[in-house]
Amino acid sequence: MEKVKQKDLILYSGLIILGLAAPYLFSAFKVQLTYLCVLIVLAMTWNLQGGEMGYNSFGNILFYGLGMYLTASVQVGMFFPLAEWTESGGEKTFVHTTAQYFQGIGVGLLVSAIIPALVAGAIGYAILGLRGHYFAICTLGLGIAAGEIAGGIEIIGAGQGFTTPPFPAEIVDVEARGKFFYFLSFFVLVLAFVFVKYIYGSRFRLILNAIRDNEDKAEAMGIQTMKYKIVGWMVSAFFCGLAGGIMGGLIGYIDSTDVAFDGREMGVFMVLMAILGGKGTLWGPIIGATLFHFFKEGLWTFILGWQYVALGVLIVVIVIYFPEGLMGWLREKYPERFGEVIDEKDRKSQVELK
Amino acid sequence: MDFLIFKAPMLMVQASLDGILLGILFALIAYGMALQWGVMNIINIAQGDLVILGGYIAYTMYLAGIHPAWGVIVSPIIMYFVGWALYKLVINKVVDRDLFISILATFGIAIVFQQLMNFIFGADVVVAQSEYGTTMLFDNSVTLPNSKIFSAFISLVYAIALVVYMKKSRLGRAIRATAQNARAAKILGVDTEKVYAATFGINAALCGIAGALISITLTLHPYVGLPYTVRSFMIVIVAGLGNLPAVAISGMGLGLFEEFADYILGTEFRIGAVFMLLVFILVYRRFKLSKKREYLK
Repeated sequence: MEKVKQKDLILYSGLIILGLAAPYLFSAFKVQLTYLCVLIVLAMTWNLQGGEMGYNSFGNILFYGLGMYLTASVQVGMFFPLAEWTESGGEKTFVHTTAQYFQGIGVGLLVSAIIPALVAGAIGYAILGLRGHYFAICTLGLGIAAGEIAGGIEIIGAGQGFTTPPFPAEIVDVEARGKFFYFLSFFVLVLAFVFVKYIYGSRFRLILNAIRDNEDKAEAMGIQTMKYKIVGWMVSAFFCGLAGGIMGGLIGYIDSTDVAFDGREMGVFMVLMAILGGKGTLWGPIIGATLFHFFKEGLWTFILGWQYVALGVLIVVIVIYFPEGLMGWLREKYPERFGEVIDEKDRKSQVELK
Repeated sequence: MDFLIFKAPMLMVQASLDGILLGILFALIAYGMALQWGVMNIINIAQGDLVILGGYIAYTMYLAGIHPAWGVIVSPIIMYFVGWALYKLVINKVVDRDLFISILATFGIAIVFQQLMNFIFGADVVVAQSEYGTTMLFDNSVTLPNSKIFSAFISLVYAIALVVYMKKSRLGRAIRATAQNARAAKILGVDTEKVYAATFGINAALCGIAGALISITLTLHPYVGLPYTVRSFMIVIVAGLGNLPAVAISGMGLGLFEEFADYILGTEFRIGAVFMLLVFILVYRRFKLSKKREYLK
C-alpha cells in the first residue's frame, strides 16, 4: 500500500508542476490550455451524475450559461448600471479600474458557483424524479429554453449579446490576461479534481452507483435517493457555473445561444468527452477531454466548415462502437490493472455455459 | 390584463384557427415519432431535421419551376429511401440498446443533417410560394392563408391513409405485431429487420410530407429542426403511443398553446415557451406518476 501511495504522490506532483509550468512552456497556447482545463472540469462533473449516478443530462449547459451571465452581470453591476452597460454594447462608456476588475470577477465567480448550485437544488426535486430518457429530454429542453429566454431579456443584452468587462488596460504585461485566466481555470480544475477524488473514496459514490444500478432497490434498502441525487446535481452545477464564469471572461462576449447556452457545442462536448474517456471512472473524463481537445484543435482548422459534420459523425461512431470509452476498453483488456481478479475456472465455466 | 389579444376578440379567432391548422401538421410528425418509438423503442432527435430536409426537397422543386405542392408526393418517396438508408447505416445498431444511446446517436445524425443542409441550401430563411391566396373571414378581420387549409387537409388525408394501411396491409400487420412483441413476431416468421427498416422509412416519409407542407405554410431554415422534434415528443408523451385521435387532439392543443404564447409573450419567446412547456409536461407527469408508487414511502 505504501508504494502505491508514493506512486500517486509522484504522479500528482508531476501533474501539478506540469500544469503550473504549462503557460510558460507553451506560451502561445495559453487560451487553448485554459479551454482544456474548463473542458476537463465540465467532463469530470458531468461524469459525476451522468456516469456515476446514471442520470444522463444534456442540460448541464444551463448552469454553465447561468454562471457565465452571472459573473459578467455581477462584475458590471457592482460598479456601474447594468442596463446602460449592455445598451452601449461594444462602445465602452465605463472603464473598470484594475482593483474593480479583480474584485468584480472574484465576487462574480463566487456568485456564479453558488447560484447555479442553488438553482439545481431548487429544480432538482421536480426534474430528478424523471427517469432515463425522460430526464435526458427534459434537461435538453431546459438548456434550450434557457438560451431562448436569455435571448429575449433586455437587461443582459438580449439577442445582441453582452460584452464582458475587458481586462484592465493598466496592466502593461501583454501576457497577463492569458496567464490570469489560465491559472484561474487551473485552480478550478485542481479544486474540482480534489473534490471528485474525495467523492470517489467516499460512501457518497457508492450511493450514487447504487442509484445508477437499481434505484428502486436502493430506495428499498433505506437510502434517501432523492437527497443524494439532488446533492450530486448540485455539485455538478457548482463547477459548471464556475467554468462558465471563467469562459465568459476569457471569450469577452456572451451570446445567448452561441456562447452561453451553447447546447450544440459545449452541451454535447461534455457528454461526448466523458463517454470517450469512459463513463464512471475518475480518469476517464480527464483523458477523454484531453484527447477530444487535441483532436478538435488539430483537426478543426483543416476541415473548416466541415467541423460539425465531423463532430456529428464522431458522436455516432463513439456512441455506437465505443460506448464504454477508453477506460472501459482498457479495463476489458487489462482487468488486473484495475484491481479486478478474474477467476479462470469461473470464466471457463461461463464460456461452457454459452 | 393589458394584452392586445384580450382586447380584440377577432385576434383570438385568428390565433385559434392558426393554432388548430398548425397542430394537425404537428400531429402528423408526432405520429411518425410514435410509430418508431412504439415499434423500435428509439427516440429520434433527428426527427425535426428529417422534416426540414423534406421541406428542402419541396423547395428545390419550387426553384426548378415545379409547384411546391407536388412536394407532398415526391418528398415522401425520396424521404422513405433516406430513412431506409439511415436505418441501414446507423439506426439498426441502436435498436436493441439503451434509449440514451439512441438519443445521443440521433443527436449526432441531427448535427450532420443540419450542417449538410446548411452547405447545400444556404443559411437563409426560405419559403416556397404556393400562391394559393388567402381567405378572408368575418369582414376581413381574420386572414387565413389557403396554404394552411391545404396543409391541414393533406395531413388528414395522409394520416387516414396510413391508419388504413396499418390496419389492412400485410406490412402494417407485421409492424403492429413487432411493436407488440418483437421476439414472438420473429418466431412466427416476421422478418423484423425488414419491418424496422420499413418503419423508419415510413416515419421519414411522414416527415417528408410534413416538411413539404411546412415549406409552403411556414419557413425553412437548416437549424430549426429541434423544435419540431420536441413538439412531436411532447405530443407523443401526452397522447401515448398508437392512439391516433389523442395524437391529433394534443397536436391541436399544442398549436393553440403556441399561437397564444406568440401573442401574449411575444414572438421572441415562442420557441422558449415550447421548450418550457416540455419541461412542465414532463414534471407534471412525474408528480402524477409518483403518486402511484406510494408503497415505497
